[in-house]
Amino acid sequence: MDLLTAIFVDPFVRMGTNPTFLVQVIWEGFVSGVLYALVALGFVLIFKASGVFNFAQGIMVVFAALALVGLHEKGVPAWPALLVATGVMLILAIGIERVVLRPLVNQPDIILLMATIGLTRFLVGLGEMVFGGEPKVMITEALGIPTGILRIPLFGKSLILKEIDMTAAVVAILMVAFLAVFFARTKIGRALRAVADDHQAALSVGISLNRIWVIVWFAAGIVALVTGIMWGARSQVSFDLEVIALKALPVLILGGFTSVPGAIVGGLMIGIGEKIGEIYWGRLLGGGIESWLAYLIALAFLLFRPQGLFGEKIIERV
Amino acid sequence: MRSSLPPIAKGEPILQVENISLSFGGVNALTDVSFDILAGEVRAIIGPNGAGKTSMLNVINGFYHPQVGRVIHRGEARTGRKPHEAARRGIGRTFQNVALFKGLSTLDNIMAGRTLKMTRGFFWQCLRFGPALNEEIDHRRKVEEIIDFLEIEHIRKVPVGKLPYGLKKRVELGRALAQEPELLLLDEPMAGMNLEEKEDMSRFILDIRETFGTTIALIEHDMGVVMDLSDRVVVLEYGRKIADGTPDEVQNDPVVIDAYLGRSH
Amino acid sequence: MFYREVGQFKSTYAADMAIFPIRQDRIGIAVMLGLAVIAIPLVANDFVLASIMIPGLVFTLAAIGLNILTGYAGQISLGTGAFMGVGAYAAFKMASAFPQVNVIVWILASGVFSAGVGVVFGLPSLRIKGLYLAVTTLAAQFFLDWCFVRVGWLTDYSSSGAIEAARRSLFGIAITGPEATPLARYFVVLGLVVLLTFVASNLVHGRIGRTWMMVRDMDIAAELMGVRLLPAKLLAFAVSSYFAGVAGAMMVFFWLGAAEPSAFGISLSFQVLFMVIIGGLGSMIGSYFGAAFIWALPVLIKFTPNLFGIEIQSATVEHANSMIVGALIIFFLIVEPHGLAKLWAVTKQKLRVWPFPW
Repeated sequence: MDLLTAIFVDPFVRMGTNPTFLVQVIWEGFVSGVLYALVALGFVLIFKASGVFNFAQGIMVVFAALALVGLHEKGVPAWPALLVATGVMLILAIGIERVVLRPLVNQPDIILLMATIGLTRFLVGLGEMVFGGEPKVMITEALGIPTGILRIPLFGKSLILKEIDMTAAVVAILMVAFLAVFFARTKIGRALRAVADDHQAALSVGISLNRIWVIVWFAAGIVALVTGIMWGARSQVSFDLEVIALKALPVLILGGFTSVPGAIVGGLMIGIGEKIGEIYWGRLLGGGIESWLAYLIALAFLLFRPQGLFGEKIIERV
Repeated sequence: MRSSLPPIAKGEPILQVENISLSFGGVNALTDVSFDILAGEVRAIIGPNGAGKTSMLNVINGFYHPQVGRVIHRGEARTGRKPHEAARRGIGRTFQNVALFKGLSTLDNIMAGRTLKMTRGFFWQCLRFGPALNEEIDHRRKVEEIIDFLEIEHIRKVPVGKLPYGLKKRVELGRALAQEPELLLLDEPMAGMNLEEKEDMSRFILDIRETFGTTIALIEHDMGVVMDLSDRVVVLEYGRKIADGTPDEVQNDPVVIDAYLGRSH
Repeated sequence: MFYREVGQFKSTYAADMAIFPIRQDRIGIAVMLGLAVIAIPLVANDFVLASIMIPGLVFTLAAIGLNILTGYAGQISLGTGAFMGVGAYAAFKMASAFPQVNVIVWILASGVFSAGVGVVFGLPSLRIKGLYLAVTTLAAQFFLDWCFVRVGWLTDYSSSGAIEAARRSLFGIAITGPEATPLARYFVVLGLVVLLTFVASNLVHGRIGRTWMMVRDMDIAAELMGVRLLPAKLLAFAVSSYFAGVAGAMMVFFWLGAAEPSAFGISLSFQVLFMVIIGGLGSMIGSYFGAAFIWALPVLIKFTPNLFGIEIQSATVEHANSMIVGALIIFFLIVEPHGLAKLWAVTKQKLRVWPFPW
């Protein structure tokens, strides 16, 4: 009975008695959700265009952020450093296409997945070798990102909003909007959608797969750079991000591997869901359930709706 | 396995499909199809591309479950069964686009067909000694007979991924034979073969029926082959049955001629 | 002596189906075993035994486990580390609850627990496959990690959160705990790994192994041969997790002596996965090669420049190691998905026709 109360009554009582705190929790979850969604977004781009389950998206976030901070440490001013970091992501995209994707075309998914795990390992080594393994501080001020704190009165108490978090949300929304327009309106976007639909048919009308892959990996690299800046600004830039970025996987299962809106909605659901779960129910289990709650939610989804919220239904042909 | 099934007299129906309708998301693959397969015969299923022939085999196998209609196998309704249950009840099958285990050798692929007949459990498998090894050797002997029969001794240890298409088809037939099926479903056994290979394959099919008494249902596009091999032919078009009878009857049926040559208006 | 099969005619199927059909291979294995049992204990010092041979063998066992699941049954797992952890904690609990029973019994039994856990997390493999299943195993990894940290009962409420191998002996000789010599531990580890390799090799060469490979290569055709997919996959999960669990228990009892929960984290899972990929998917001997390679590589990177008088920092070693392993994984996936094992097979093929390769 006590247990049932603890599960079904107490958390809601706590939510009701302190609504400001509830809103605060939801906001925190929302911001992590935005960042999960961004990692997932980079992932969806690549999966749609090349069918690769890119395990390295997380390390690309770290790598991009490290490149930016590392260059700044070497004395490059912030904005040129951002430009060079973008260039680094372009070189990375070209390199990956040449060295990894092209020779592995038409291999089974599982091989491609393992290749991106190898890529992850390689980038970890390279990043540590070049920029050092110790955590770094994101150059938030130099990039002109506001770092203040807003206090908004709500239900008699004050809600604390960090300006960094708000910037992250706004930047994420802008980027998603930009990508949506880019893929809907430009020639490259059309080619990408054609490739996503049917590789063979796209090839037959003269679309160069290799070029599309470079563009898509580059786009994912830019998304990674933005994610890295935002994430780095909230905590710090370190290789721990790599493991946190694995959260993008449950997000994708919720949202469907090929759906951009799915990545966003899935990211927000996971972000908010795991925060609320941790704060209100985590105590029952001794805390720290954030580390696996998302995966368990994803698992439940896999069993009942394997194609995700927005994915297409998979019909298997025999 | 087969010995556990009571034999069916020649000419008795081994399998009947009754009023089968199957659709995928609103698209009808099969509509109200009924026919039967008699023990000991070669039954051909023909029709233009997209007529629902492969879907029909998948229904018989249990890969697809029809929304309407019944599959009656050996006198029992077996509509909702799973493919592995069909295998247990003596139904073997080959696929249109060769579905071999590409990492395994020819030998192992055919041994795979014996899976159901091997019974030694986990414990003996861990030891690979005594009963488990003897069992493996007994089945190897059977498999060698099939290899002999299909004249593929020379590729015994070659991984099937490296074989040319015609040989792959032959190995797949061998694998189905290793199951010692009572009813063998062949999905376009001669697709993409040259004349000589087709003749070989036709010979094997007739030999199989002679030697093992297997009932055969096959899908084939080559009309010459169908007319020569089969006892009775069922013709599908757009998922409906449009004719059923001996090769001669079907060949002269105006509806069938229309279906293949286009309708004169 | 040339490596030839000329003149070795097989007159029985049993001879043809032997796991090592060529006489020189059998001799080779015997020589390797002889080296492992006699030569290495004679020449190797404690450092080599405790830091290279023992961990190498423990990882080999874990790699065999993962290879059964990924290489033979085609189901990718990113949760090997956690399954090793389950074995380690199970062995710890049982060894401290029943000290009178020999510790080797508990180490072999610990795998049963990880097998059970493996089956639970393998259940979704009925409905999902490939990439999706990888996420399931990640769920296992993070959930079990959390259990190791939070469930005090698992560590007997030890204040440090770590588990420790108590002193246990076999025939009066200490084999676990601080007093056990590296040599004693090496012999126990060698014995167990050879025994379990024998079992694994028998399994994958018989009906069960063939069933797994059928599921891996073409699941619909496997069903048609009468294979029931879920039991076949679950058996692969169970056997694979059993091996991982025993490896985990051995890791604590015979190698590290004590372990914190973080020892069984996701990086361990990846390390074992790399061993399997580089060693060769679907190959027993490959698991040995892969474990040896991944475990020895940092040592090689560290000591090779020393030979030329160049001092190299340990951080640099680690980074270079990461890059080399990553690059090699991609290289092997592109050039030779069957890894070192395939290179070994190619070398043997070359030897067979040497010195007249035409």
